[in-house]
Amino acid sequence: MRDFELDVSLSVGPGETLVLIGENGAGKSTVLNLASGLLVPDHGEIALAGRVLYSDRLRLDVPVEDRNIGHLFQSYALFPHLSVFENVAFGLRCRKVPAGEIAARVAGELERMHLSDLAGVNVGRLSGGQRQRVALARALAVKPGLLLLDEPLAAVDVRAQGEMRRELRETIRAADIPCILVTHALRDALELGDRTCVMEEGRVVLEGTPEEVLASGENEFIAEFSCGCRRYRE
Amino acid sequence: MDSTPFNRAARPWEAVLSLLVFCLIAGFLLFVTIPVASLFLRITPEAFFWSLQQPVVLDALRLSLLTASASTAIVVLLGTPLSYVNARVRYRGRAIVDTLTDLPIVLPPAVAGIALLMAFGRRGVVGEFLDGFGITVAFTTVAVILAQVFVASPFYIRQARASFEAVDPLYEDAARTLGASRLAVLLRVSIPLARSGLVSGAILSFARALGEFGATIMFAGNLQGRTQTMPLAIYTTMQGNLDEAISIAIVLVVISFAVILTVKHTTRRSA
Repeated sequence: MRDFELDVSLSVGPGETLVLIGENGAGKSTVLNLASGLLVPDHGEIALAGRVLYSDRLRLDVPVEDRNIGHLFQSYALFPHLSVFENVAFGLRCRKVPAGEIAARVAGELERMHLSDLAGVNVGRLSGGQRQRVALARALAVKPGLLLLDEPLAAVDVRAQGEMRRELRETIRAADIPCILVTHALRDALELGDRTCVMEEGRVVLEGTPEEVLASGENEFIAEFSCGCRRYRE
Repeated sequence: MDSTPFNRAARPWEAVLSLLVFCLIAGFLLFVTIPVASLFLRITPEAFFWSLQQPVVLDALRLSLLTASASTAIVVLLGTPLSYVNARVRYRGRAIVDTLTDLPIVLPPAVAGIALLMAFGRRGVVGEFLDGFGITVAFTTVAVILAQVFVASPFYIRQARASFEAVDPLYEDAARTLGASRLAVLLRVSIPLARSGLVSGAILSFARALGEFGATIMFAGNLQGRTQTMPLAIYTTMQGNLDEAISIAIVLVVISFAVILTVKHTTRRSA
């Protein structure tokens, strides 16, 4: 249970990646769940490309399945009873896309993510990095209007994180959709974000480009991180 | 300190305890297996196969399989959405619904029988109303199915509810973000992930329906070909032709073994 209120106002433009950063428990993942509709705010407004998804004033609440927002969970939540192909095809099947088109689009996504060899493999046999790519392919296959990423590199082996970060950056750029990424690692913000918001106890306390945010001495979380960085280098 | 080496003989009561436990286990196993084995020992194969061809046995066999299959199908069709809702949705009175759906498990079958009669019999609460349309339920094959559904439903519903609760809600959330409606989530994600529990619950429910006696004989009566299921046929033929009774019992034993093995196999695959 949270012991503070979430009071946030955010916006992210097309093709832009906004990184939400802060300590665990600051409310970052909650923001993502509110955006995708898995949680309902007490009041406020959520809109995507001019379309209102939630408004307590208008008493409007578009259900999760109609928002067309891709949401990547920290544990990826790949369907364990389905193969890589079927996982990626899931959203297309729900939209009743014809089988031929599904095959083509999924093949395309798998190739983009270097997963073509694994199409028939059950997802239980994949490594952390492979699972992340399948989850991304699955979310992007339905061409969402917004992409939400919850600690996308948390489940990836530390040694593979550098490479995965690069791949992630390229994939997001290629998809050219707005993206909100949640992380507690400032390195992710520096490499993946166009803008950064630092959250603390449910509020945005600092906003700007990653470099601006890192340079500012105002925030304890950032300062601690920077100090830690320097100590490590020494 | 004590310098004598650890010696089993120095602890006689451990040996006595082990022997006691062994005797208990052996005794209990004998108690369970001797009666079942006796069925096979008290009939010759010729008498067994001859009995299987008698009308009273064939009628009972056909009726039992038909009604138990129908009951199981009804229980699964109605019980699946009910158990899913109770597993996922928090609503007021959910605990009461859970208790009510569990009730038939503890209710004595004879009580179930007379209760069904008071509800659906000719003068029953609902039966009176149906009688006005010329619909009779009591003492028909439909009554057999109703009695079986009543007593067997909790076996499926409890298992189904537990199986759905064991499915991580995150998978359902992920499915919804990909565009799946609530029905699509149930059909494409929840049921497949809960499948082995649902199957074993259905098999147990089938076995319970097959074995139902008390509620059936009171609510549906004991009419050969119409309501005389295998357990009722055992009871009836036992007084006349023991071979027929034993043959039916043996068929039920075989089915019971098949049930146990299938349930174990299905639940083991999910582990």
